Amino acid sequence: MSDPRFFHPIRLLPAVLLLPFLVAGCGRRPAAEAGGAPARQILRMGNSAEPQDLDPQNIQGVPELNISMALFDTLVEMDPHDLHPVPGQAESWTISPDGLTYTFHLRPGLRWSDGEPLTADDFVQSYRRILTPAFAAEYAYLFTSFVRGAKEYNDGTLTDFSQVGIHAPDPRTLVVSLKQPTPFLLKIIACDYVWDAVPVKTIARFGPIDQKGSHWTRAGNLVASGPFLLKEWTPNKRIVVTRNPYYWDAARVKLDSIEFYPIDDQNVEERMFRTGQLDVTYDFLPNKIDTYRRDHPEELRIDAWLGIYYYNINVTKPPFTDARVRRAFALAIDRDELVKDVMRGGQTPAYAVSYPGVSGYAPRAHLTGGIAEARQLLAEAGYPEGRGLPPIELLYNPNQEYNRSVAEAIQAMWRKNLGAAVTLTSQEWKVYLDSMQTGHYQIARAGWIADYPDPNVFLEIYETGNGNNYTKWSNAEYDRLLHEALHAPDEAARYECYQKMDAILVRECPVIPLFYYTKTYALSPRVQGWWPTLLDQHPYKYVSLKN
Amino acid sequence: MLRYIGRRLLEAIPVMFVIITGTFFMQRFVPGGPFTAEKAVTPEVERNLLAYYHLNDPLWKQYADYLWDLTPKRFHPFALTQGFDLKEAFGIDFRPSFKYPNRTVNEIIADKLPVSLELGVLSLGVALAVGLPLGVLAAVKRNSWIDYVCSSVAMTGICVPTFVLGPLLVLAFAIHLGWFNASGWYGPIDRVLPSLTLGSVYAAYIARLTRGGFLEVLHQDYIRTARAKGASEARVIFRHALRGGLLPVVSFLGPAVAGILTGSFVIETIFQIPGLGREFVNSAFNRDYTLILGTVILYAGFIIALNLVVDVVQVWMNPKLKFE
Repeated sequence: MSDPRFFHPIRLLPAVLLLPFLVAGCGRRPAAEAGGAPARQILRMGNSAEPQDLDPQNIQGVPELNISMALFDTLVEMDPHDLHPVPGQAESWTISPDGLTYTFHLRPGLRWSDGEPLTADDFVQSYRRILTPAFAAEYAYLFTSFVRGAKEYNDGTLTDFSQVGIHAPDPRTLVVSLKQPTPFLLKIIACDYVWDAVPVKTIARFGPIDQKGSHWTRAGNLVASGPFLLKEWTPNKRIVVTRNPYYWDAARVKLDSIEFYPIDDQNVEERMFRTGQLDVTYDFLPNKIDTYRRDHPEELRIDAWLGIYYYNINVTKPPFTDARVRRAFALAIDRDELVKDVMRGGQTPAYAVSYPGVSGYAPRAHLTGGIAEARQLLAEAGYPEGRGLPPIELLYNPNQEYNRSVAEAIQAMWRKNLGAAVTLTSQEWKVYLDSMQTGHYQIARAGWIADYPDPNVFLEIYETGNGNNYTKWSNAEYDRLLHEALHAPDEAARYECYQKMDAILVRECPVIPLFYYTKTYALSPRVQGWWPTLLDQHPYKYVSLKN
Repeated sequence: MLRYIGRRLLEAIPVMFVIITGTFFMQRFVPGGPFTAEKAVTPEVERNLLAYYHLNDPLWKQYADYLWDLTPKRFHPFALTQGFDLKEAFGIDFRPSFKYPNRTVNEIIADKLPVSLELGVLSLGVALAVGLPLGVLAAVKRNSWIDYVCSSVAMTGICVPTFVLGPLLVLAFAIHLGWFNASGWYGPIDRVLPSLTLGSVYAAYIARLTRGGFLEVLHQDYIRTARAKGASEARVIFRHALRGGLLPVVSFLGPAVAGILTGSFVIETIFQIPGLGREFVNSAFNRDYTLILGTVILYAGFIIALNLVVDVVQVWMNPKLKFE
């Protein structure tokens, strides 16, 4: 061993002690991050979580969608005021009288961000990629449910892609053939990134195109079609996108760049907003709403949001095999109290499943009757004043603090109004999902945010055998109406089918609607052109900053 | 000594094996999987997904394949200096992440570990710089007001959790005084608040352990002898007592350094630091099987290595101990 007196740990102490000051003390805050008044138009957004990937065909969540919207353009866009479809990459389109063939005419001169022309064949190759069985895309169902031959190609029974109803007769024409009329197809195309074209030629340079997660989505590799292109992607730190000069509507884009910060803690996000590190937050702490309402009302945003908070009922578990018991439980809840005293974020009480006012549809069905009827139904079912009820368990996940508050409030209402003793069970997110999906529950908290603005989005869940119908409820008349709606001659007739379906849901109560969500967040008053859309999607090309 | 180190390293192999095997099977028996999502996937898509990730192979085969990927196949330790890629250096392949298909676990570790190391080293520096003097001072001025002040500070440091101290520091120095960013990991100045927060807890422990260690040593005969021979108080403390007094701190530092270097979930969340601690915890929530294993193996490796270092250092510092 070397001479201990020379290399003794204690002699190293002063160096160790000084280290943090040497490293940390010499820094200054870089000017670009100082949060002062930047001359350039840089929007800094809280974006909740690190995105899984930036490949629009291999992502699912909202944080991914927020970035995808900046990088990839859509065939059809939504008008930010009323959400009706307007031309995007397609300057026009025609729909055949039977509603089965959609022909899209692309704008002339569309280009990828590397300058290469973007043609109808890019769409065909993109859709072929997402449907390839080996690629295993989770969202392939947004094709397989509607497009002719797509399901067969995706499950491997059809290997010839030319048999699938997706064709490009010329570089500016894309023809999509459906197996059944899908009146809301344009809304899906406008809102769901899975219908975006991806740069298949670029992807092929980074490995087999049916391989997930090849390096084509890295900064420097990614070729974009949207208003912005990818400049930086540092995991768990930030993603920076800058203006794409090849975007067809580039003249309208005012922002120079957008920075997305993956902040999963609302407290942290709020502090960063307060110090000027963020212009818009992803989410907001419910317990800060009152403070902001009082002190900074100009920074607090509460937007209507196309989503519903509800309880699923497993109709195979007693006592909920009896529709009267389900309805009694649904009626015995004071939704006004829930929204005013528990949620306190401007939510609307829900007395039916469909969202009132989406695309001009408002459900007439209404959970009326109140507590008197609830008690009577429960007595008729053989449980007068709750006597004889088997043990009932209400399952929720603790990801949001209010899930517990809502469950506790409802537990108290059921006890008071029905005499029912309900126990609460909390399970970690994936355990909770597993319990719900495998039917190991009686009543479970659930939420659903619409992918596209159409009543179908909520109603299709309760079709028999739908993968998201965790209630196991089945109703032949309901299934028939859902199908009839697709073939309805016009929107009025289609909506009439939905009215009947909403009425069935309120009568049979496989679910207990509680309230419609609102999206609460902080937005700097500097941000202009931030359209409050029902889907919480804010097209970036209209956004600018006031300095 | 080399033989001792060699034997300890050999002993580490079965320990690692048990950790890997335990983690591999335990994570599979937890309900929910990497593809359990709010929106259920269709049966066809689920079949495609399982095939893509080879999750439909029998479990023993998945386990054997994984062990083979982990087995070191080459030895180029200098490749570690270029980006810390364990695959380049030793042929250890932790495979792609399930949650982030775009990144391999090797890459995530290579990206995040340096950040955690940097934060860890800075925090340790803070911890030692504050903890050691406090502890020594408290021991030397035992039962005086100085001792009470130092001990109270240390006790407060232990009792105030980082998730309270961190936001308080942000509130004072970032929001009210505006000296720092509230969160983030950009310039050197962004290192200050996280290092102080994480360092303070360890400083508190180190202060208490140092005080205890010193009190014990200061009653030893050789210290009395040194004093009797007329050594100055400073010489008694720094020349004679320090070595023995620090022994409890050194044994504490082994596991503490392993924990501090592989990242702190709470600190990384409060300050939005792109370190390994968040990956460690979130991988479990995401059921990201490969990332769970990768981070567990790394953490276990650190603990094993640092315990060995501690044992060697203790023998070095304490003449009563021998390698055996």
